Amino acid sequence: MAEFKKADSMLEWFDQRLGVVNFVKVMMTEYWIPKNINFLWAMGVVITVLFTLLLVSGIFLLMYYKPDVNMAFDSVNFTIMQDVAYGWLFRHIHAVGASVVFLVIYIHMFTGIYYGSYKKGREMIWISGMLLFVLFSAEGFSGYMLPWGQMSYWAAYVITEIFGGIPLIGDELVVWIRGNFYVSDATLTRFFMLHVLLIPLAILGAIVFHFYALRFPHVNNEEGEFFDFDEEAEKYKAGDKKGSKVIPFWPVFLSKDFMVVGFFMIFFFYLTFYHYGFAMDAINFDKADGLKTPAHIYPEWYFLWSYEVLRGFFFDIAGISGKDLGLIAFGIANAIFFLLPWLDRSPMVKPANQRPYFKYWFWILMADLIVLTIYGKLPPTGVNAWVGFASSMTFLVLFAVLPFITKLEAKKVGGK
Amino acid sequence: MKEFKILAVIVALVAVTYYGIEPYAHHVMHPEPAPADYAFSDLKNVDTTLKGDVANGKVLVEANCIACHSIEKEGYPAMMSDSDAASSYGVVPPDLSSAGHLYQTNYLANFIFDPVTASNLKHKYPEGGAKVHPMPSYNWMAAQEIMDMVAYLQSIPKATYVSESEERRADFIDACGRCHSMAYAGISARTPGDVAKAYLGATPPDMSQYIKSRGRHYLENFINDPQRLLHGTGMPRVGLSEEAQTHVIDYMEEIGDAKKAEREDLGWKVMLYMLVFAVFALLWKKQIWRDIH
Ligand code: HEC
Ligand code: HEC
Ligand code: HEM
Repeated sequence: MAEFKKADSMLEWFDQRLGVVNFVKVMMTEYWIPKNINFLWAMGVVITVLFTLLLVSGIFLLMYYKPDVNMAFDSVNFTIMQDVAYGWLFRHIHAVGASVVFLVIYIHMFTGIYYGSYKKGREMIWISGMLLFVLFSAEGFSGYMLPWGQMSYWAAYVITEIFGGIPLIGDELVVWIRGNFYVSDATLTRFFMLHVLLIPLAILGAIVFHFYALRFPHVNNEEGEFFDFDEEAEKYKAGDKKGSKVIPFWPVFLSKDFMVVGFFMIFFFYLTFYHYGFAMDAINFDKADGLKTPAHIYPEWYFLWSYEVLRGFFFDIAGISGKDLGLIAFGIANAIFFLLPWLDRSPMVKPANQRPYFKYWFWILMADLIVLTIYGKLPPTGVNAWVGFASSMTFLVLFAVLPFITKLEAKKVGGK
Repeated sequence: MKEFKILAVIVALVAVTYYGIEPYAHHVMHPEPAPADYAFSDLKNVDTTLKGDVANGKVLVEANCIACHSIEKEGYPAMMSDSDAASSYGVVPPDLSSAGHLYQTNYLANFIFDPVTASNLKHKYPEGGAKVHPMPSYNWMAAQEIMDMVAYLQSIPKATYVSESEERRADFIDACGRCHSMAYAGISARTPGDVAKAYLGATPPDMSQYIKSRGRHYLENFINDPQRLLHGTGMPRVGLSEEAQTHVIDYMEEIGDAKKAEREDLGWKVMLYMLVFAVFALLWKKQIWRDIH
């Protein structure tokens, strides 16, 4: 062991043992972020704050929740909501947080797409981000089952049923996932385990991975400008703060994020206390009943767009059943965003509106996703079914043509 | 300025999506029924302008009703235990002590005249069908006699309650408690679930969380006339006056959303706290960024 001299201060004592001074430098005060960014770059930190709220409120809920089909509903709606002091507050924060985090994740994702932050060295940031999206989706889905209300039960029934469409192993797979032939106690208990242990662990790991993936390519900026971070950092450290193109993560970047988080949280708590219906569906306050199918079954709002892609194919095409087509399209919808860095063949890293062809693609995609989301909730009858079909096709076609559009764009701008 | 433009675009996109999946989707999935009719103006068999005679009404009720119904407040006890009554009639006949206050006058008179028509269950008990309503029709009586009984029931003084909450609870039990439980309030249905199911075709659900799953507006319309929202249901139209129905729904809210007052009181304080935080964060940011720009 190296020789230790007596520490003169507490900081030094810790520094000798843990290297805290250097650690803080590397992680905070000399972790460089471009200066030229707007509040959209605070979304990552907003998600982190929401995730922390979810974790803390979830731990409190866990102290009273009972993962048993006979007790789950009342443990949530009576014990937690009425008996435990401020149990309702934790449940509201948890439910609203889970819904709102997806809104922010979508903003974060589409910020990345708009500014081209997924390519030219930033592929792993994107992949790790998509991994987080998938994990959050699984976390949201498993959590929604826990109160064991009607929508918990029937959404679980419909979503697990989807796996039955996979050729050869489908039927066995559904039974394997449910732990029974139908959605039952075994299903609830295993999704409980996933929700409180396995998926949160994976999320924590994936967040670390996501942050690590940011370090080498560095965060993108409003103009997609590439510059030498070391050079700009030297400028900053030498005192030329105005001239430098970078700022340190702490305190400069975070001071802005705190402000954004502050204003955002006013909105968040407004929803938590006064406008939570969108996150706590009314039907879910009816206890699960496997014999009584609700008139309308729909997933949480953040799954509606992919659910609509699944439902969009309601008739057979070329001898393939509508159900299978929907399933294929659904599979594509969930995987395709992973491939974005390779589907975009243009070298431009610029805000979408400065890209000659991509800008159309981006805004059509946004419009299409909104249409899919809205029609994903409406009953799929009459003209709604056709809107669903058209918007699902649009979604698939958009991704099919992306490589060609961006190739043309690359030619037009000449490799810039 | 540019940041506000970006914010405006995001707010617009979120607002359109929100409108589509919340207000608009609700409007499509749950079309608005005709407004509740607290006069029950479709019921016209009894002339309710006739002035009832309380003393004669008392005699008629004693002769016709107390074989099945208790009127505890007037000293007429129940003839059978709840479980015996349930198996005899399919459902426990309610105590009539509060009937004069719970049921709207026109409804009450018409219910005595013909329970099936008044409770809107003609699909369940078609004329000449094998099934008959457990309470006989008194359509052979003169309108005056029916109004006498109504006058008598309405003359029974209201019980005195220590709190509004207690009154609402009593109204809920008298109006709904023969069929529905409310576990979170410690109320169990007087008719056992399986007996009620055999009689009504569906088990009356526990009401603890219905204020949350259905909301006040739906309940107002539903209780006023179940058939309009759940076509073909076995739940009778109960015929509550507007006041009694408000009591019942208020009680459902008091039990089902017990923390509402606490929630609404804490909410703005937390928001105010975040506003203070945000303002300080804004000032701090301004200070730090002064020598960055
Ligand atoms: C043979 C037994 C019997 C007799 C006699 C009888 N009832 Fe009933 N009554 C019932 C039963 C059973 C119910 C419950 C029916 C239901 O809930 O479907 C009932 C329900 C009622 C209700 C509640 C109506 C509502 O909307 O909830 C009132 C009021 C009532 N009876 C009044 C009377 C009066 C007044 C008389 C005498 C004129 C009378 N009943 C005679 C069996 C009887
Ligand atoms: C005679 C028995 C009876 C009485 C009295 C009665 N109900 Fe019901 N109620 C039922 C039955 C049976 C159902 C189930 C209906 C179905 O599923 O078709 C039901 C269903 C309901 C529902 C659920 C409706 C839905 O949307 O699914 C509500 C809410 C309700 N009752 C409220 C009340 C209230 C409030 C009262 C008292 C004012 C009351 N009921 C009195 C028998 C009754
Ligand atoms: C779910 C939890 C997530 C957390 C906690 C998180 C957190 C963060 C943070 C703190 C940053 C740096 C600051 C910023 O640009 O906002 C960031 C950047 C980034 N994230 Fe995420 N993120 C998450 C999910 C995602 C998802 C789902 C995607 C998209 C697939 C994604 C893609 C990106 C990209 C592309 C960047 C770089 C942005 C740039 O360089 O401009 N992230 N993330």
